[in-house]
Amino acid sequence: MKALTWQGVNELSVERVPDPRILNAQDAIVKVRMTTTCGSDLHLLGGYIPAMRAGDVIGHEFLGEVVETGPEVRRHRVGDRVVVCSIIGCGRCWHCEHDMWSLCENSNPKPGITDMMWGGTTAGIFGYSHAMGGFKGSHAEYVRVPFIDYSAFTVPDGVDDLNALFASDAAPTGWMGADLGGVRPGDVVAVWGCGGVGQMAARAAILLGADRVIAIDRYPERLTMTERHIGAETIDYTRTDVIAELRERTGGRGPDVCIEAVGLEADSPGPQKIYDKAKQRLGLEQDRPIAVREAIHACRTGGSVFVLGVFAGMVDKFPLGALMNKGLTLRGAQQHGQRYIPKLLDLISKGELRTAHLATHTMTLDEGPRGYDMFKNKKDGCVRAVFRPWA
Amino acid sequence: MKRAVLGAMMLGGIGLGVMRWLNSRQTKARAEREASRWLMVTINRRPDEVVPDGRLPEPLARLGETIEVQVREAPGDRGTELGARPVTPVPTGVEEVMARLAGEDPRQAVRTALRESKCLIETGEVLRPDEPPTTRPTPTGRLVDLASQRAGGEGRL
Ligand SMILES: NC(=O)c1ccc[n+]([C@@H]2O[C@H](COP(=O)([O-])OP(=O)(O)OC[C@H]3O[C@@H](n4cnc5c(N)ncnc54)[C@H](O)[C@@H]3O)[C@@H](O)[C@H]2O)c1
Ligand SMILES: [Zn+2]
Ligand SMILES: [Zn+2]
Repeated sequence: MKALTWQGVNELSVERVPDPRILNAQDAIVKVRMTTTCGSDLHLLGGYIPAMRAGDVIGHEFLGEVVETGPEVRRHRVGDRVVVCSIIGCGRCWHCEHDMWSLCENSNPKPGITDMMWGGTTAGIFGYSHAMGGFKGSHAEYVRVPFIDYSAFTVPDGVDDLNALFASDAAPTGWMGADLGGVRPGDVVAVWGCGGVGQMAARAAILLGADRVIAIDRYPERLTMTERHIGAETIDYTRTDVIAELRERTGGRGPDVCIEAVGLEADSPGPQKIYDKAKQRLGLEQDRPIAVREAIHACRTGGSVFVLGVFAGMVDKFPLGALMNKGLTLRGAQQHGQRYIPKLLDLISKGELRTAHLATHTMTLDEGPRGYDMFKNKKDGCVRAVFRPWA
Repeated sequence: MKRAVLGAMMLGGIGLGVMRWLNSRQTKARAEREASRWLMVTINRRPDEVVPDGRLPEPLARLGETIEVQVREAPGDRGTELGARPVTPVPTGVEEVMARLAGEDPRQAVRTALRESKCLIETGEVLRPDEPPTTRPTPTGRLVDLASQRAGGEGRL
C-alpha cells in the first residue's frame, strides 16, 4: 500500500510499504478515509522525538472504515465508519479503567524506552516513534488498530467525515486541557496557541462555562479564525506584552486557568527563542518551554496551568519559584481521548462544537510532503492539511 | 596545547575517580543489593485470578526453575503485586552492560515475562508490535531496532 513515511529530519516521502495484517485477536484493519497533520508531527519532523526510524509511517489523527476484524473483536464490525483515538488503550488496566487512557499500561509493546526516559511507561500512539510503541501511522491506505473495541468510535450518521475527523485527537486534547485544568463557570481562561489544539481548548473552556476565554498566537488568520469559529477573544503576542495585557483584562488577577497548546518548538518575539534554540542545538536542553514559562507567570495566584503541548525531555529556566510561591497547580498529559470522544461526537452533531474549519487544505496522500511543508511553515493560512488516501 | 593537557588531566582525574568509585566497598554492596532486587508489576486483578490454584501465568511459568516468584495483594483497589527475580547470579559492572546489549542479562527475560503476564491476564493476549519494523535499513535505524528489541526487557520495572 501507499504511505507517507519519515525518512530523516525534515524529510518525508510517499513510499510503497507492506499492507498491515491482523496480529492480535482484538485488532482490526481500518481503511483510512481521512487523516490529518497535527502539531505533534512537527516535533517528529524536527527531530525532537527520539527513536524514529527511516521508513516509519507517520500520522495519528484519522477516520476510516473497518475492513477486517480479529476473532475477538466484539463492538465493531466490517463496514463501521469509525473515528479512531490517536492513543491506544487496552481498556482493562488500572489507568484505562480510571479513564486515564494515555497512561495505558498494556498498549506500548516497547515499554523500556519511555520507562528509562521518564521513569514510567505510557500508552502506545499511532505513528509516533518506537518509544511510543512503533505503531505504523495513519497517513496510509490502511492501518492496524489494536484493541479496536476500546480505541474506535462509530461516527453518528448525521456527522460527516470532516466534522468527525478532529474528534480523534485535536478536540479531545483541547477538551482535556479545559476539563483537567479545572475550568469552572465564571473563570477567565487563557490559551496559548491557536492551532487546532488551542482552538479546541478555547471552545471547551467556553462550553464548560468560562466567562472569558482569551487565546494567544501571532498568525492573523488563526486569530481571526479563533474569534469567528470559536468565539474567544485573542491576543497577538508579537504586538503586545502578553502578561501585562492579561493582567489588564482580568482586573489585575491573571487568568484562573492557563492552557498551553504550543509545545516544545515555541516561538518568541524576544531573545528567549535565540537562547533556547542555541541550547537545543548544543544538546543542553531538549525542549523550548517559552509558552509554559509565560503561562506560569501570567496565571493568577492559586490558579492552574495545563500543558497540552508536547515536551520530550529536559527544559531550562523553569520558573519553579513562581509555581511554588504562587501556589499553582501544574498538570499535563497526552490526551485521554476515549474519555471524551463519545461526548464530543454528540456536541459536534448538535453543532455546539465546530471543527471542520480547521481543515484549511484537503489533498491526496501523494501531496503529503507538500501538505507538511505548508502546515509547518504556516503557508497560505494552513491550519491543518487533511489527506484523503483514496481520493 | 595547555588546554589539551589540562583536559587530559581532568579526564584522567575523573577516570581515577570512577575506578575508585567502582571498586569502593559501598558501590559493591550496592551492586549486590541491585542484583537481588525483586522486579515487580501490579496487575489489575485479584491474586486468585493472577495465580489461580497457585499456577503461574504462562510467560513466567516458561522461565521454570530459573526464577523465584512472590505474589501479594496490592493496597487500595490496585489488584495484585507480582514479583520475580532470577535465582542465578546476575552480571554487574561492565559485564552487565555487555550482557544487556546482547540481551543476555537474565533480568531482561524476567521483565519481559512480567510485562507479558500482566498484558495477558488483563487483556487476554500479549500485544504484538507492528511488523515489519521498517522498510529501510539505516545505521541509526539499526540502533533504534536494537533499543526496541531490548525494550520489553529494560526499564525501571
Ligand atoms: N497532549 C496531547 O495529547 C496532544 C495532542 C495533540 C497535539 N498536542 C500538542 O499540542 C501542540 C499544538 O498542536 P497544534 O496541532 O495545535 O499545532 P500548531 O503548530 O498548529 O499550533 C501551535 C501554535 O502555537 C503558536 N505559538 C508558538 N509560539 C507561541 C507562543 N510563545 N505563544 C503563543 N502561541 C505560540 C504557533 O504560532 C501556532 O499557531 C503541539 O505541541 C502538539 O504536539 C498534544
Ligand atoms: Zn496529535
Ligand atoms: Zn490500558
